[in-house]
Amino acid sequence: MTKLSYINGLPLVLLLSGMSSPAFAGSEDVVVENAWSRASIGVNRPGAVYMTVRNTGEYAVTLTGLATPLAMMPEIHESKTNSNGVSSMAPAGEITIEPGQSVALEPGGLHAMLMMLQNLMIEGETFPLTLTFSDGGEVAVEVPILGIAARGPES
Amino acid sequence: MQRRHVVQYGAAGVGAVALMLGVGWWRADGPGAPKPAGQRPLPLSAMDFRLTDHEGNEVGPETLIGRPTMVFFGFTYCPDVCPTTLSDISGWLEDLGDEAAQMNVVFITVDPERDTVEAMAEYVGYFHPAIRGWTGPANQVARAAEGFRASYERVPTKGGDYTMNHTASVFLFDAKGELVTMIDYHEPREFAVPKIRRALTEDVEGAT
Repeated sequence: MTKLSYINGLPLVLLLSGMSSPAFAGSEDVVVENAWSRASIGVNRPGAVYMTVRNTGEYAVTLTGLATPLAMMPEIHESKTNSNGVSSMAPAGEITIEPGQSVALEPGGLHAMLMMLQNLMIEGETFPLTLTFSDGGEVAVEVPILGIAARGPES
Repeated sequence: MQRRHVVQYGAAGVGAVALMLGVGWWRADGPGAPKPAGQRPLPLSAMDFRLTDHEGNEVGPETLIGRPTMVFFGFTYCPDVCPTTLSDISGWLEDLGDEAAQMNVVFITVDPERDTVEAMAEYVGYFHPAIRGWTGPANQVARAAEGFRASYERVPTKGGDYTMNHTASVFLFDAKGELVTMIDYHEPREFAVPKIRRALTEDVEGAT
Protein backbone atom coordinates (compact mmCIF):
# COMPACT_ATOMS: atom_id res chain seq x y z
CA MET A 1 0.00 0.00 0.00
CA THR A 2 1.43 3.35 -0.97
CA LYS A 3 0.23 6.76 0.08
CA LEU A 4 -2.19 8.46 -2.25
CA SER A 5 -0.62 10.99 -4.54
CA TYR A 6 -3.45 11.24 -7.00
CA ILE A 7 -4.26 14.40 -8.92
CA ASN A 8 -7.93 14.87 -9.82
CA GLY A 9 -8.72 14.65 -13.49
CA LEU A 10 -5.29 13.38 -14.42
CA PRO A 11 -5.74 10.03 -16.12
CA LEU A 12 -3.99 7.27 -14.30
CA VAL A 13 -1.23 6.04 -16.48
CA LEU A 14 -0.93 2.39 -17.20
CA LEU A 15 2.05 0.22 -16.61
CA LEU A 16 2.58 -2.55 -19.08
CA SER A 17 3.99 -5.74 -17.85
CA GLY A 18 5.98 -7.50 -20.52
CA MET A 19 6.80 -4.33 -22.44
CA SER A 20 9.83 -6.13 -23.82
CA SER A 21 7.77 -8.68 -25.69
CA PRO A 22 5.95 -7.11 -28.61
CA ALA A 23 3.76 -10.17 -29.19
CA PHE A 24 0.48 -8.72 -27.87
CA ALA A 25 -2.23 -7.83 -30.33
CA GLY A 26 -4.02 -4.86 -28.86
CA SER A 27 -3.71 -4.73 -25.10
CA GLU A 28 -0.54 -2.59 -25.26
CA ASP A 29 -2.82 0.20 -26.52
CA VAL A 30 -5.22 0.01 -23.57
CA VAL A 31 -5.35 3.03 -21.25
CA VAL A 32 -7.09 2.97 -17.88
CA GLU A 33 -8.40 6.34 -16.68
CA ASN A 34 -10.01 7.73 -13.53
CA ALA A 35 -9.80 4.54 -11.49
CA TRP A 36 -11.24 4.81 -7.98
CA SER A 37 -12.78 2.71 -5.26
CA ARG A 38 -14.55 3.15 -1.95
CA ALA A 39 -13.12 2.45 1.47
CA SER A 40 -14.40 -0.77 3.08
CA ILE A 41 -16.04 -1.44 6.42
CA GLY A 42 -14.10 -4.47 7.63
CA VAL A 43 -13.03 -7.19 5.19
CA ASN A 44 -16.24 -9.23 4.97
CA ARG A 45 -18.04 -6.91 2.57
CA PRO A 46 -16.98 -6.89 -1.09
CA GLY A 47 -15.39 -3.76 -2.54
CA ALA A 48 -16.07 -2.13 -5.90
CA VAL A 49 -13.66 -0.44 -8.32
CA TYR A 50 -14.65 1.95 -11.09
CA MET A 51 -12.63 3.16 -14.09
CA THR A 52 -12.72 3.86 -17.80
CA VAL A 53 -10.90 1.34 -20.00
CA ARG A 54 -9.98 2.92 -23.32
CA ASN A 55 -8.73 1.06 -26.38
CA THR A 56 -6.51 3.54 -28.27
CA GLY A 57 -5.21 0.93 -30.71
CA GLU A 58 -6.31 -0.54 -34.02
CA TYR A 59 -7.41 -3.96 -32.81
CA ALA A 60 -10.33 -5.03 -30.64
CA VAL A 61 -9.25 -6.11 -27.16
CA THR A 62 -11.07 -8.41 -24.74
CA LEU A 63 -10.80 -7.99 -21.00
CA THR A 64 -10.82 -11.49 -19.53
CA GLY A 65 -9.82 -11.14 -15.90
CA LEU A 66 -8.52 -9.17 -12.94
CA ALA A 67 -5.90 -9.71 -10.26
CA THR A 68 -4.99 -7.79 -7.11
CA PRO A 69 -3.21 -8.69 -3.88
CA LEU A 70 -6.10 -6.96 -2.09
CA ALA A 71 -8.77 -9.55 -2.92
CA MET A 72 -8.77 -13.27 -3.63
CA MET A 73 -11.72 -13.09 -6.02
CA PRO A 74 -11.77 -9.95 -8.15
CA GLU A 75 -14.32 -10.13 -10.95
CA ILE A 76 -16.13 -7.75 -13.32
CA HIS A 77 -19.80 -7.58 -12.34
CA GLU A 78 -22.73 -5.67 -13.72
CA SER A 79 -25.63 -4.17 -11.77
CA LYS A 80 -28.93 -3.95 -13.64
CA THR A 81 -32.26 -2.46 -12.64
CA ASN A 82 -35.37 -3.93 -14.31
CA SER A 83 -38.64 -2.21 -15.22
CA ASN A 84 -40.05 -2.97 -11.74
CA GLY A 85 -37.14 -1.12 -10.13
CA VAL A 86 -35.45 -4.28 -8.85
CA SER A 87 -31.64 -4.21 -8.92
CA SER A 88 -29.58 -7.31 -9.42
CA MET A 89 -25.91 -8.02 -9.94
CA ALA A 90 -24.18 -10.74 -11.96
CA PRO A 91 -20.70 -11.52 -13.37
CA ALA A 92 -20.32 -9.64 -16.64
CA GLY A 93 -18.12 -12.22 -18.38
CA GLU A 94 -15.56 -11.10 -20.94
CA ILE A 95 -15.73 -7.54 -22.21
CA THR A 96 -14.63 -6.69 -25.74
CA ILE A 97 -13.62 -3.12 -26.52
CA GLU A 98 -13.52 -2.13 -30.18
CA PRO A 99 -10.72 0.07 -31.55
CA GLY A 100 -11.16 3.70 -30.48
CA GLN A 101 -13.91 2.75 -28.01
CA SER A 102 -13.95 2.73 -24.23
CA VAL A 103 -15.90 0.93 -21.55
CA ALA A 104 -16.97 2.78 -18.42
CA LEU A 105 -17.07 0.92 -15.13
CA GLU A 106 -19.27 3.25 -13.09
CA PRO A 107 -21.70 3.15 -10.14
CA GLY A 108 -24.88 1.25 -10.92
CA GLY A 109 -23.41 -0.50 -13.96
CA LEU A 110 -20.21 -2.39 -14.65
CA HIS A 111 -17.74 -2.52 -11.77
CA ALA A 112 -14.77 -4.57 -10.66
CA MET A 113 -16.09 -6.39 -7.63
CA LEU A 114 -13.44 -7.32 -5.08
CA MET A 115 -14.59 -10.41 -3.23
CA MET A 116 -12.74 -11.98 -0.30
CA LEU A 117 -10.78 -8.89 0.72
CA GLN A 118 -7.42 -9.68 2.27
CA ASN A 119 -6.95 -6.22 3.77
CA LEU A 120 -9.03 -3.25 4.78
CA MET A 121 -9.56 -0.66 2.06
CA ILE A 122 -8.49 2.53 3.80
CA GLU A 123 -9.40 5.99 2.49
CA GLY A 124 -6.33 7.80 1.15
CA GLU A 125 -4.39 4.67 0.28
CA THR A 126 -4.03 3.01 -3.12
CA PHE A 127 -3.71 -0.58 -4.29
CA PRO A 128 -2.54 -2.27 -7.51
CA LEU A 129 -5.06 -3.88 -9.87
CA THR A 130 -4.06 -5.83 -12.97
CA LEU A 131 -6.37 -6.22 -15.97
CA THR A 132 -5.74 -9.29 -18.12
CA PHE A 133 -6.59 -9.38 -21.82
CA SER A 134 -7.23 -12.25 -24.23
CA ASP A 135 -4.01 -11.56 -26.15
CA GLY A 136 -2.05 -12.39 -22.99
CA GLY A 137 -1.22 -8.77 -22.22
CA GLU A 138 -1.75 -7.16 -18.85
CA VAL A 139 -2.39 -3.58 -17.80
CA ALA A 140 -1.67 -2.61 -14.20
CA VAL A 141 -3.22 0.40 -12.54
CA GLU A 142 -2.84 1.93 -9.08
CA VAL A 143 -6.35 2.49 -7.68
CA PRO A 144 -6.96 5.31 -5.17
CA ILE A 145 -9.32 4.51 -2.29
CA LEU A 146 -11.83 7.30 -1.66
CA GLY A 147 -14.39 7.63 1.15
CA ILE A 148 -17.25 5.18 1.67
CA ALA A 149 -19.77 7.79 0.50
CA ALA A 150 -17.69 8.90 -2.52
CA ARG A 151 -19.53 9.39 -5.80
CA GLY A 152 -16.45 9.52 -8.01
CA PRO A 153 -12.91 10.82 -8.32
CA GLU A 154 -14.14 14.41 -8.69
CA SER A 155 -16.05 14.43 -5.39
CA MET B 1 -62.10 -40.09 -49.62
CA GLN B 2 -63.56 -36.63 -49.14
CA ARG B 3 -64.95 -37.62 -45.78
CA ARG B 4 -61.52 -38.78 -44.61
CA HIS B 5 -60.11 -35.38 -45.53
CA VAL B 6 -62.75 -33.67 -43.44
CA VAL B 7 -61.91 -35.87 -40.45
CA GLN B 8 -58.21 -35.18 -40.90
CA TYR B 9 -58.74 -31.44 -41.18
CA GLY B 10 -61.05 -31.60 -38.19
CA ALA B 11 -58.44 -33.38 -36.10
CA ALA B 12 -55.77 -30.91 -37.19
CA GLY B 13 -58.12 -28.05 -36.32
CA VAL B 14 -58.80 -29.39 -32.85
CA GLY B 15 -55.06 -29.87 -32.39
CA ALA B 16 -54.34 -26.30 -33.49
CA VAL B 17 -56.98 -24.86 -31.16
CA ALA B 18 -55.63 -26.92 -28.25
CA LEU B 19 -52.13 -25.69 -29.03
CA MET B 20 -53.27 -22.07 -29.15
CA LEU B 21 -55.15 -22.46 -25.88
CA GLY B 22 -52.00 -23.97 -24.41
CA VAL B 23 -49.87 -21.09 -25.67
CA GLY B 24 -52.47 -18.66 -24.37
CA TRP B 25 -52.38 -20.21 -20.90
CA TRP B 26 -48.58 -20.23 -20.86
CA ARG B 27 -48.46 -16.55 -21.74
CA ALA B 28 -51.32 -15.33 -19.55
CA ASP B 29 -51.10 -17.41 -16.39
CA GLY B 30 -48.27 -19.89 -16.84
CA PRO B 31 -44.53 -19.43 -16.51
CA GLY B 32 -44.52 -17.11 -19.53
CA ALA B 33 -46.80 -14.57 -17.82
CA PRO B 34 -45.38 -11.05 -17.62
CA LYS B 35 -44.28 -10.03 -14.13
CA PRO B 36 -46.93 -7.84 -12.45
CA ALA B 37 -46.05 -4.20 -12.93
CA GLY B 38 -44.80 -2.52 -9.76
CA GLN B 39 -47.84 -2.14 -7.53
CA ARG B 40 -48.48 1.03 -5.59
CA PRO B 41 -47.21 0.94 -1.99
CA LEU B 42 -49.80 1.07 0.80
CA PRO B 43 -50.25 4.24 2.86
CA LEU B 44 -47.99 4.07 5.93
CA SER B 45 -51.09 3.92 8.15
CA ALA B 46 -52.10 0.63 6.48
CA MET B 47 -48.71 -1.02 7.03
CA ASP B 48 -47.89 -3.20 10.00
CA PHE B 49 -44.34 -4.18 10.98
CA ARG B 50 -42.00 -3.85 13.97
CA LEU B 51 -38.31 -3.13 13.44
CA THR B 52 -35.38 -1.65 15.39
CA ASP B 53 -33.49 1.46 14.31
CA HIS B 54 -29.69 1.75 14.37
CA GLU B 55 -29.84 3.30 17.84
CA GLY B 56 -31.85 0.40 19.24
CA ASN B 57 -35.27 2.13 19.29
CA GLU B 58 -38.38 0.13 18.41
CA VAL B 59 -39.89 1.53 15.24
CA GLY B 60 -42.74 0.86 12.87
CA PRO B 61 -44.71 2.61 10.12
CA GLU B 62 -46.44 4.82 12.71
CA THR B 63 -43.00 6.25 13.66
CA LEU B 64 -42.96 7.93 10.26
CA ILE B 65 -46.38 9.57 10.29
CA GLY B 66 -46.39 13.28 11.09
CA ARG B 67 -43.37 14.18 8.96
CA PRO B 68 -42.63 13.70 5.27
CA THR B 69 -40.72 10.45 4.71
CA MET B 70 -38.20 8.95 2.32
CA VAL B 71 -37.71 5.15 2.48
CA PHE B 72 -35.50 2.78 0.52
CA PHE B 73 -34.40 -0.84 0.77
CA GLY B 74 -30.86 -2.23 0.53
CA PHE B 75 -28.17 -4.06 2.48
CA THR B 76 -24.77 -3.12 3.81
CA TYR B 77 -22.89 -5.93 2.00
CA CYS B 78 -23.96 -4.36 -1.30
CA PRO B 79 -20.84 -3.00 -3.04
CA ASP B 80 -22.35 -0.93 -5.81
CA VAL B 81 -26.03 0.05 -5.90
CA CYS B 82 -26.57 0.69 -2.16
CA PRO B 83 -23.59 2.96 -1.41
CA THR B 84 -24.43 4.78 -4.64
CA THR B 85 -28.07 5.26 -3.57
CA LEU B 86 -27.00 6.37 -0.08
CA SER B 87 -24.51 8.83 -1.61
CA ASP B 88 -27.20 10.12 -3.98
CA ILE B 89 -29.63 10.61 -1.10
CA SER B 90 -26.93 12.31 0.98
CA GLY B 91 -26.37 14.67 -1.96
CA TRP B 92 -30.11 15.39 -2.33
CA LEU B 93 -30.35 16.12 1.40
CA GLU B 94 -27.37 18.49 1.17
CA ASP B 95 -29.07 20.29 -1.73
CA LEU B 96 -32.26 20.64 0.32
CA GLY B 97 -30.34 21.88 3.36
CA ASP B 98 -32.61 23.03 6.19
CA GLU B 99 -35.72 21.88 4.28
CA ALA B 100 -34.58 18.27 4.75
CA ALA B 101 -34.25 18.63 8.51
CA GLN B 102 -37.99 18.04 8.96
CA MET B 103 -37.94 14.77 7.02
CA ASN B 104 -37.67 11.08 8.00
CA VAL B 105 -35.05 9.27 5.89
CA VAL B 106 -35.00 5.51 6.43
CA PHE B 107 -32.84 2.75 4.96
CA ILE B 108 -34.46 -0.67 5.60
CA THR B 109 -32.19 -3.70 5.19
CA VAL B 110 -33.32 -6.72 3.16
CA ASP B 111 -30.48 -8.75 4.70
CA PRO B 112 -31.22 -8.81 8.46
CA GLU B 113 -29.10 -11.94 8.87
CA ARG B 114 -25.90 -9.91 8.35
CA ASP B 115 -27.24 -6.41 9.01
CA THR B 116 -27.50 -6.30 12.78
CA VAL B 117 -28.34 -3.09 14.63
CA GLU B 118 -24.58 -2.54 15.14
CA ALA B 119 -23.80 -3.12 11.44
CA MET B 120 -26.53 -0.66 10.45
CA ALA B 121 -25.25 1.91 12.96
CA GLU B 122 -21.73 1.79 11.58
CA TYR B 123 -22.90 1.86 7.97
CA VAL B 124 -25.33 4.78 8.13
CA GLY B 125 -22.72 6.72 10.11
CA TYR B 126 -20.76 7.23 6.90
CA PHE B 127 -23.62 9.01 5.13
CA HIS B 128 -25.90 12.02 5.78
CA PRO B 129 -26.77 12.23 9.51
CA ALA B 130 -30.52 12.31 8.73
CA ILE B 131 -30.41 8.71 7.41
CA ARG B 132 -31.74 6.10 9.87
CA GLY B 133 -31.04 2.38 9.45
CA TRP B 134 -33.81 -0.12 10.29
CA THR B 135 -33.42 -3.87 10.74
CA GLY B 136 -35.23 -6.65 12.59
CA PRO B 137 -36.45 -10.24 12.37
CA ALA B 138 -36.72 -11.67 8.86
CA ASN B 139 -40.52 -11.96 9.04
CA GLN B 140 -40.89 -8.29 10.02
CA VAL B 141 -38.58 -7.17 7.20
CA ALA B 142 -40.77 -9.25 4.87
CA ARG B 143 -43.91 -7.50 6.17
CA ALA B 144 -42.31 -4.10 5.68
CA ALA B 145 -41.31 -4.95 2.10
CA GLU B 146 -44.83 -6.23 1.44
CA GLY B 147 -46.33 -2.92 2.60
CA PHE B 148 -44.03 -0.94 0.31
CA ARG B 149 -44.59 -3.51 -2.48
CA ALA B 150 -40.81 -3.88 -2.55
CA SER B 151 -39.26 -7.19 -3.49
CA TYR B 152 -35.98 -8.86 -2.58
CA GLU B 153 -34.34 -12.20 -3.14
CA ARG B 154 -31.24 -13.93 -1.84
CA VAL B 155 -28.84 -14.97 -4.63
CA PRO B 156 -25.85 -17.27 -3.97
CA THR B 157 -22.47 -16.13 -5.28
CA LYS B 158 -19.17 -17.92 -5.77
CA GLY B 159 -17.35 -19.03 -2.66
CA GLY B 160 -20.50 -19.83 -0.67
CA ASP B 161 -21.39 -16.18 -0.21
CA TYR B 162 -24.61 -14.48 -1.24
CA THR B 163 -25.91 -11.18 -2.51
CA MET B 164 -29.43 -9.71 -2.55
CA ASN B 165 -31.52 -8.55 -5.48
CA HIS B 166 -33.86 -5.84 -4.25
CA THR B 167 -36.10 -2.93 -5.19
CA ALA B 168 -33.79 0.07 -5.56
CA SER B 169 -36.45 2.80 -5.87
CA VAL B 170 -36.79 5.50 -3.21
CA PHE B 171 -40.33 5.91 -1.80
CA LEU B 172 -41.63 9.37 -0.85
CA PHE B 173 -44.57 9.85 1.53
CA ASP B 174 -46.22 13.03 2.77
CA ALA B 175 -46.62 13.84 6.47
CA LYS B 176 -49.97 11.98 6.56
CA GLY B 177 -48.25 8.83 5.31
CA GLU B 178 -49.72 8.83 1.79
CA LEU B 179 -47.40 7.92 -1.07
CA VAL B 180 -46.41 11.02 -3.05
CA THR B 181 -44.13 9.47 -5.64
CA MET B 182 -41.08 7.26 -6.16
CA ILE B 183 -37.58 8.12 -7.32
CA ASP B 184 -36.17 5.50 -9.66
CA TYR B 185 -32.62 4.33 -9.39
CA HIS B 186 -30.41 6.46 -11.66
CA GLU B 187 -32.91 9.32 -11.71
CA PRO B 188 -30.92 12.54 -12.14
CA ARG B 189 -30.75 15.00 -9.30
CA GLU B 190 -32.65 17.69 -11.24
CA PHE B 191 -35.71 15.37 -11.11
CA ALA B 192 -35.13 13.85 -7.68
CA VAL B 193 -34.82 17.03 -5.64
CA PRO B 194 -38.10 18.60 -6.89
CA LYS B 195 -39.89 15.31 -6.13
CA ILE B 196 -38.63 15.47 -2.55
CA ARG B 197 -39.76 19.11 -2.33
CA ARG B 198 -43.21 17.92 -3.42
CA ALA B 199 -43.31 15.42 -0.54
CA LEU B 200 -42.21 18.20 1.81
CA THR B 201 -44.94 20.60 0.71
CA GLU B 202 -47.75 18.12 -0.06
CA ASP B 203 -49.24 18.40 3.39
CA VAL B 204 -48.49 21.90 4.57
CA GLU B 205 -51.65 22.17 6.66
CA GLY B 206 -50.74 18.99 8.52
CA ALA B 207 -47.24 20.19 9.29
CA THR B 208 -48.29 23.40 11.00
